Amino acid sequence: MNIKKTALYELHKKHSAKFVEFAGYSMPIQYSEGIVKEHNITRNKSGIFDVSHMGQLFIKYSNDITSKLQEILPTDLKNLKINQSKYSFLMKENGGIYDDLIITRMKDQYMIILNAACKQNDLQIIKNKLNDQSLDINNDLSLVAIQGPESKTILENVVSNVSKLKFMNGENFSFENNEIYITRSGYTGEDGFEISLPNKIVNSFVGELISKGSTLIGLGARDTLRLEAGLCLYGHDINENTSPVEANLKWAISKNRMSDNFTGSQKIKKQIEEGVSKLRVGIRPETRVIARESTKIFDERNNEIGKVTSGTFGPSVNASIAMGYISNSHSKTDTKVFLEVRGKKVPANVCDLPFYKKSYVKGEANV
Amino acid sequence: MSDTKFSKEHEWITLDGEVGTIGITKHATEMLGDIVFAELPEKGSNVEKDGTAGVVESTKAASDVYTPVSGEVVEINQSIVDDPSKINADPEGGAWFFKLKLKDKSELDTLMNKEEYDKFAKETSA
Repeated sequence: MNIKKTALYELHKKHSAKFVEFAGYSMPIQYSEGIVKEHNITRNKSGIFDVSHMGQLFIKYSNDITSKLQEILPTDLKNLKINQSKYSFLMKENGGIYDDLIITRMKDQYMIILNAACKQNDLQIIKNKLNDQSLDINNDLSLVAIQGPESKTILENVVSNVSKLKFMNGENFSFENNEIYITRSGYTGEDGFEISLPNKIVNSFVGELISKGSTLIGLGARDTLRLEAGLCLYGHDINENTSPVEANLKWAISKNRMSDNFTGSQKIKKQIEEGVSKLRVGIRPETRVIARESTKIFDERNNEIGKVTSGTFGPSVNASIAMGYISNSHSKTDTKVFLEVRGKKVPANVCDLPFYKKSYVKGEANV
Repeated sequence: MSDTKFSKEHEWITLDGEVGTIGITKHATEMLGDIVFAELPEKGSNVEKDGTAGVVESTKAASDVYTPVSGEVVEINQSIVDDPSKINADPEGGAWFFKLKLKDKSELDTLMNKEEYDKFAKETSA
């Protein structure tokens, strides 16, 4: 299989990117600054992320499109306002997650942003549900995120009036006479924006952002940023064997959809009523030891009670941090647990997420 | 002129009398990226040539640290455990890992000099 490149590949190269293959794409893991500096630049100033490998799917409105999508998404789309976005999932009947996604109600179509590794499977599920085999991921568009406290001012210098956007809301703007769509969102725990724009102008757009003071940031720092913010990485913290209830994401299931039928709804209702046996929690090792994915978790009596799904060193909290699934009986905050790293048991404590908290702009500080 | 010797596992060692000071090379730190965790052998323990004698972790992955020669650990550098970023900042100076009382000085003969190591590092990372 050919490794795919995004429209920004040459620009990454020019900025001394180290590349890694991710979901079939050659993506920058870091630039010359390195992961920790890039992480701090995003927290303290502003960072640019090329997330063009993610799938952008647009579905034009027709009579029953909203009802049909509600059959496969747990989100209240009927009351979604124009230009509003919601975090949602595609699920299996047994409640497992095929993918997590962001859906936005644009003026004349839905925009759905899908994970790169899942997008083809997602597309097939949606095509089948809508009975429309002509649907396709839009590969003429790039997706760029700008994140961090100075991003608003920097982006405002390139696209006027963008700072009026509220969190999880979007709008059409223009750049070099091309229509672009910007939402106030992101996946770093910082205030920021995601910009969907044609491939042919993305280099010039990102060049403008850099000249106004932002910096390219790789996937390595994206991972430490999202983990500090307590956000899930698909394929690690959530997958086909974890339900939104087990993943502690039931806030993303719209309250007025609880009595509806959608794929996975029966399992979810049952889990909400009867409880679950495992839950996703935050974990803080008491030392600097890093508990990577698959690290086993034990209780004080040496019973195995769970596994780590993501673990790293969090530069902004200056500590080792992890997330994982733990048996419900041990999932309370401050429960003492032990992580098995290189044959030794490292003491750790269950903790609340996120590890790092900043307030978002006006409102739903939930994602 | 340098008396520093190097291993294929990217450790360096300098000798002062019977005691060798060991660390990891600048080239190794560049490959690892930002180091965020270091674990060292216990003072008083004995380590065997090419055996594991510590761990470093970067934001990306964990890597074992090997000892290029055998001996008894007589001192460890606690400051790199407390602040592992020192390893990236000064790997071949202040951020040494541990000191060994050498068991057999002839083991040093199996190691590379600076010129040989630089060539090795360049070839293996190409």
